[in-house]
Amino acid sequence: MPFLKLVPDDTNIGFVRLRHIAFILTALLTVASIAAVGLRGLNLGVDFVGGLMLEAKFTAPPPLEAVRTNVDSLGVGQTTLQQFGDPKSVSIRLPLPASTDEGATNKVVAKVSESLKRAYPGVTFPRYDTVSGKVSDELIRNGLLAVVLAVLGMAVFSWFRYEWQFGVSTAVAVVHDVLMALGFFAITRMEFDLNIVAAILTIIGYSINDKMVIDDRIRENMRKYRQMDMKALIDLSVNETLPRTVMTSVTIMLALGALLLFGGHVLRGFTSAMMLGIIVGTYSSVYVSSSLLISLGLEPQKFDKKDVSKAAGAERMGPRS
Amino acid sequence: MLDFPRWKVLSIVIALAIGVLLSIPSLIPESIAARLGLGGMPRINLGLDLSGGSHLMLEADTVDLAKNNVVRMEEQVRAEMRRGDTKIAIGDISTTGGRLSFFVRDGAQVDAAVERLRTLTQPAGMTGQRDWNVAVVDSTRIVLTPTETGLKAATNSAMDVATEVVRKRIDELGTKEPTIIRQGADRIIVQVPGLQDPSALKALLGKTAKLEFKLVDQSASAEQVSSGRAPVGSEILPYPDNPGGFPAIAVKRRIIIAGDELIDAKQGFDSQTNEPIVNITFNSEGGRKFARVTQENAGKPFAMILDGKVISAPNINEPILGGQARISGRFTVESANELAIALRSGKLPVALKVVEERTVGPEMGADSIKAGTMAAAIAVLAVVVFMCAAYGRFGVYANFAVIINVFVIVGVMALLNATLTLPGIAGFVLTIGAAVDANVLINERMREEYRRGRTPIQAVELGYKEASRTIFEANVTHAIVGLIMFVLGSGQIKGFAIVLLIGIATSVFTAVVFTRMLVAHWLRKARPTTLNV
Repeated sequence: MPFLKLVPDDTNIGFVRLRHIAFILTALLTVASIAAVGLRGLNLGVDFVGGLMLEAKFTAPPPLEAVRTNVDSLGVGQTTLQQFGDPKSVSIRLPLPASTDEGATNKVVAKVSESLKRAYPGVTFPRYDTVSGKVSDELIRNGLLAVVLAVLGMAVFSWFRYEWQFGVSTAVAVVHDVLMALGFFAITRMEFDLNIVAAILTIIGYSINDKMVIDDRIRENMRKYRQMDMKALIDLSVNETLPRTVMTSVTIMLALGALLLFGGHVLRGFTSAMMLGIIVGTYSSVYVSSSLLISLGLEPQKFDKKDVSKAAGAERMGPRS
Repeated sequence: MLDFPRWKVLSIVIALAIGVLLSIPSLIPESIAARLGLGGMPRINLGLDLSGGSHLMLEADTVDLAKNNVVRMEEQVRAEMRRGDTKIAIGDISTTGGRLSFFVRDGAQVDAAVERLRTLTQPAGMTGQRDWNVAVVDSTRIVLTPTETGLKAATNSAMDVATEVVRKRIDELGTKEPTIIRQGADRIIVQVPGLQDPSALKALLGKTAKLEFKLVDQSASAEQVSSGRAPVGSEILPYPDNPGGFPAIAVKRRIIIAGDELIDAKQGFDSQTNEPIVNITFNSEGGRKFARVTQENAGKPFAMILDGKVISAPNINEPILGGQARISGRFTVESANELAIALRSGKLPVALKVVEERTVGPEMGADSIKAGTMAAAIAVLAVVVFMCAAYGRFGVYANFAVIINVFVIVGVMALLNATLTLPGIAGFVLTIGAAVDANVLINERMREEYRRGRTPIQAVELGYKEASRTIFEANVTHAIVGLIMFVLGSGQIKGFAIVLLIGIATSVFTAVVFTRMLVAHWLRKARPTTLNV
């Protein structure tokens, strides 16, 4: 039985030759992403700005303007409405009531839900979240810290395990992936909440995973072919690992596709961020991080010398002193 | 490497079998599990986003805490200075600015006073620092300042008590399986599955329920009350429901009896007016004290003070001897009941504020579970079909590993009592996709080695050996990210990270060790001359 092969045997694609084009494209996309985040900003959810979020599920796609007028007329503050996953669900965001009374937020929820129920019979309110400003500041801080630590941790790991060039190229590629994901959220205006931070961290994890596999192969080939030109060596390594890169991306995409189609609307933002991340991560593994190694001046001879003198420590994990 | 001694095979099979068995109670409805005698086995907890319910994060009011800390010190200092044969007279006590300062009337006694204060301070923390700094200013004034470690220790013990009190109050409400955990230095997380309107719960937890009885100072004039200047030894307290008109009243500072001496509180009805009241019972010492004071002050009014506000100020018509009293006020049945619960469970050592609240309806949770299970099943199916198509026999082995892995993850989560959240389901589905990565790596490597002209056995052997290193590295980095998420993430993200971490650990085992066992068995049995991969 012939097996399904997404990538033919013995490919020999000149990835390294394309690196200048790839760098330009990457730079453009990155700048566009940063610009999008800077100009449009992220549509931060209550997790990060504080406030009250009420999810309303209507029986039919509701007229957003009428719903907004309805909620605005209640005097509970500036309303932000947004379609949420499927067209019948709307997230209603409100500022926190000024009153320090314990039940104040629940009163606002009751007020809004009663008013909407009168206007749109059958509407249900499956969930609501209230986050105070103090907590949301902390969530932002922890989220940022987590992302920065993850990128740094990875870079340091790769540096200790291989050469500093690997650490830098991995970090650059991962930062690129994160920026792409942020740009995606800035452009689509999808709500950016805690779950999305988890998605971004997962993208980081996956992307590093991908780069590790290629880096590992580069290192292996550096030892095997000591005289080979670095460009040819990287091309060889990327080509050798290409079937695996594609196969794994496809299996994960299959799993994520199932989640996107059947996993319910709450996870939709999360899943789409992840799918984008897999594509971007795969691209950056092949084009950005590997090719960057050449620009950073990684040489097999240099690696070789160091490897021989520190042969005992080379296989072990941990810093080479 | 293809040599698998029997003990090794056995231990692998047993380990996986245990994992799969542990997953069973979580996969079948609770009632069926109970009928099968599996009721006592660990199950996965469902997060509130899946089960529906309310999540509250309460934060201690640290300003209030520091204030209480100083007030408590003041009481101790007063008692200490009165103790023994030589009383030390002190005056001009002030507790402003978070410090306690007072002056010693007889300058000669300052050293003795400082000596007595030493016994009131305790070592706090690891550094050998004490919880209060004692300093003498202007030779007769003593200033006590809480140290940072002292405040930390005070916060810590207050939060311990507060957590217990919160637990008692929630238990009194009769809610099902609440989760109450302390978080960080000054927070408590409360999760109540199934609760849809948490306003009653919030009202109950928002009360510190500090109850005090004090005599009303009848010597205070109306001007004094309205200007807020109390006579010496008295204080002006708000009295919102004062039938006399002005919403404040002067009471003596001395506490007749406090809520600490309660042993019971119940909601009841006034036999004449039929209004809701709270019946309270004091312990024997409190009862005696109350009896003595009411005997001495018959005919005079006393104030019932809750959390610094007077709720009523009835007259003492006759001495109350049985240690029983009743709190009247403008109660509804609900508010009287709430107060009774709050008093029964004791007062909170610090005021708590709700800083985060999330409520999920039950249908939404059920929908999410349904959608999540569906997505997981379809993801497994898609991956299984794809792996078979791509790697044939080796794909089948990988699929065995993935399917067993799904059960083992559930089993390990149940064993660890981990909580499954909606992002956790996403983590689950993602793990299914990522778990086969190890097999993809191995199989691709085998293909490569075989095409380079190795024998099937060599190709398999090298495939596992070379790929294992890569798999290890890739998973270590992945686990680092998972760990960061677990440590820094809040509830939902933690739920995602735990699934990811468990999935990484179990998938390496099933994808590498377990499939290698299957492959080795096949190689020994079939002795293939070509490798169809």
